[in-house]
Amino acid sequence: MMKHRLFWPLMVLVVLLLFNLIYSPDFFSIKMRDGHLYGSLIDILNFGSPLILVAIGMTLVIATGGIDLSVGSVVAITGAMACLSISRANDQNGLVAVLGAVGIALVLSAALGLWNGFLVARIGIQPIIATLILMVAGRGIAQLITNGQIITVLSPKYQYIGAGSLLTLPFSIFIVAAMFVIASLLTRKTALGLFIEAVGCKPTASRLAGVRSRTVMLAVYMFCGLCAGIAGLLLSSNVSSADGNNAGLWYELDAILAVVIGGTSLTGGRFYLAGTLVGALIIQTLTTTIYMVGVPPEITLVVKALVVLAVCLVQSEKFRGLLRGRPKAGPLQTANPEVKRHA
Amino acid sequence: MLKRQYIPLWVTIGLFLLIFIVGSFRYTGFFSMQVLLNLLIDNAFLLIAAVGMTFVIVSGGIDLSVGSMIALTTMVSASLLQQGWPPMIVILLVLIIGVLFGTAMGAIIHYFNIQPFIVTLAGMFLARGLCYVISINTITIDNAFYTSVAQTKIKLPGGSFISISVLIALAVVAMGIYLAHYTKFGRNTYAVGGSEPSSMLMGLPVARTKMMVFGFSGFCSALAGIVFTFYMLSGYGLHANGMELDVIAAVVIGGTLLTGGVGYVVGTFFGVLIQGVIQTIISFEGTLSSWWTRIVIGVLLLLFILLQRLLGERRLTGRSSG
Repeated sequence: MMKHRLFWPLMVLVVLLLFNLIYSPDFFSIKMRDGHLYGSLIDILNFGSPLILVAIGMTLVIATGGIDLSVGSVVAITGAMACLSISRANDQNGLVAVLGAVGIALVLSAALGLWNGFLVARIGIQPIIATLILMVAGRGIAQLITNGQIITVLSPKYQYIGAGSLLTLPFSIFIVAAMFVIASLLTRKTALGLFIEAVGCKPTASRLAGVRSRTVMLAVYMFCGLCAGIAGLLLSSNVSSADGNNAGLWYELDAILAVVIGGTSLTGGRFYLAGTLVGALIIQTLTTTIYMVGVPPEITLVVKALVVLAVCLVQSEKFRGLLRGRPKAGPLQTANPEVKRHA
Repeated sequence: MLKRQYIPLWVTIGLFLLIFIVGSFRYTGFFSMQVLLNLLIDNAFLLIAAVGMTFVIVSGGIDLSVGSMIALTTMVSASLLQQGWPPMIVILLVLIIGVLFGTAMGAIIHYFNIQPFIVTLAGMFLARGLCYVISINTITIDNAFYTSVAQTKIKLPGGSFISISVLIALAVVAMGIYLAHYTKFGRNTYAVGGSEPSSMLMGLPVARTKMMVFGFSGFCSALAGIVFTFYMLSGYGLHANGMELDVIAAVVIGGTLLTGGVGYVVGTFFGVLIQGVIQTIISFEGTLSSWWTRIVIGVLLLLFILLQRLLGERRLTGRSSG
């Protein structure tokens, strides 16, 4: 059982939740108020939904042996674009205006993802640099769209996306669930998942085996951009405003962290969407826990750093071997030229 | 005759000169020794951190903790000075902290085989968090030594001046060039970045080299933090927020390959100057907003990467490019 890839991430999550249970017995209580469900668990799902979305897209990118550093900037750009186009409309609450804004934002985010994919798959730039370009320039573009201001919109219909509720649950949870199901079905019930893993193992070999590795990569980066775009809509509609400077700041790091905690290796070739889901929930639970316990928010980062390190060490085969007192595996056994390329 | 391996370097230098000349024709008062020297004065800390980052990237790794390490250094220095510690001991102490911090990250990366990206990300969170543990407020520095270093202007012939920080930065660049090209450590760094398994099979000290590279980067970050303290005369947890990006961008614009094995400290020097000159032009232009800096740097990154790709492709013809 300890060999199962979800064992360690789930253990961490269970330990975190148990800690919360002991610390505050109210943690698991869910109350019904005005037709909405309230409770810490609902909050974790609700506030964690943008991160889960971004992490789902990131998982597939990492599975192809790539990485997408630009998701935070894409979050900022799409939020800014949606809010700008709503604020330009005559009737900010008009259905057409809101749907149009959402459409424009999503198309834009997919286009940005496609741009990353183009640089990686067609031009052949390493993913970490190719996406670094959009990460650096993207925040500038977002500020260009908002003209350096925070755009505020007054539109209950737009606000519904990130702050509304359906069947007593926050609407954002449904969006995330839908995206998760779509991604899982696409990758596990069709050959797409296999193609992605093949490309991640060795692009040249998979191309020779008949997999269109370039098309697969383009599609994956586009999907990642789209996920980041939806996350941007959730975030900006939740607060009914767009901040080009701070929206989605450090999202790329949290998302990569969620993926790694979930057991997907940064070297590519294998991916675990369920693991990513658990990873993102761990990060969100950790944040909530830290606030609940009353740890001063200042040292949140220290706790986060220690948890990251602990999770990574626990997942490292060598560290586990060390704990069990086994002779240390020689570095040569794990070092192969492919690993270095993505490191 | 230009050697192919130096082409990105010459392009970087040429681009810097080109931007500077265009600026000189466009704006009155741009073409002066002082504007050129101000590039160094305002970017001394960036330059120092970038030299350390060059080694890390040449060795095939990446260090995301640079900006946070600078902030932590300003914070530790400010709080210790406030308690009346002598400046020399404070400086020595933060440098040791930097080296230990970097070496520890390098050790974790090597011995537990975890990606540098993740380990230094944890280091980034940790250092930034420790700043807030010390204090969430800005601590100003009124120590006589620090203020005098900050205000000292070294006069150069022709009426222009530089600061002490510039001398430190230039010394670090010189040290970086020496380390990279004239020592075993430098050779090993290039070898490890070229191919880690091969270096291991050749019997090179891979573990020691990787730890030393990250230790050196930690040292450079701490030194950059000290220079940044001179520049700001305060300690604050949000200092140098996101600076790791600027540093990585400078190194890449300087012609260092993120895959490792290829890169020059001199290139990094001009990479930093290019970022500085773009900022100067934007401030001279007046009507352009600050976010254009990021967009222009993004475009430059793209151009340089495309150039490297073009050169790399020719060199690799006949070999599998995977």
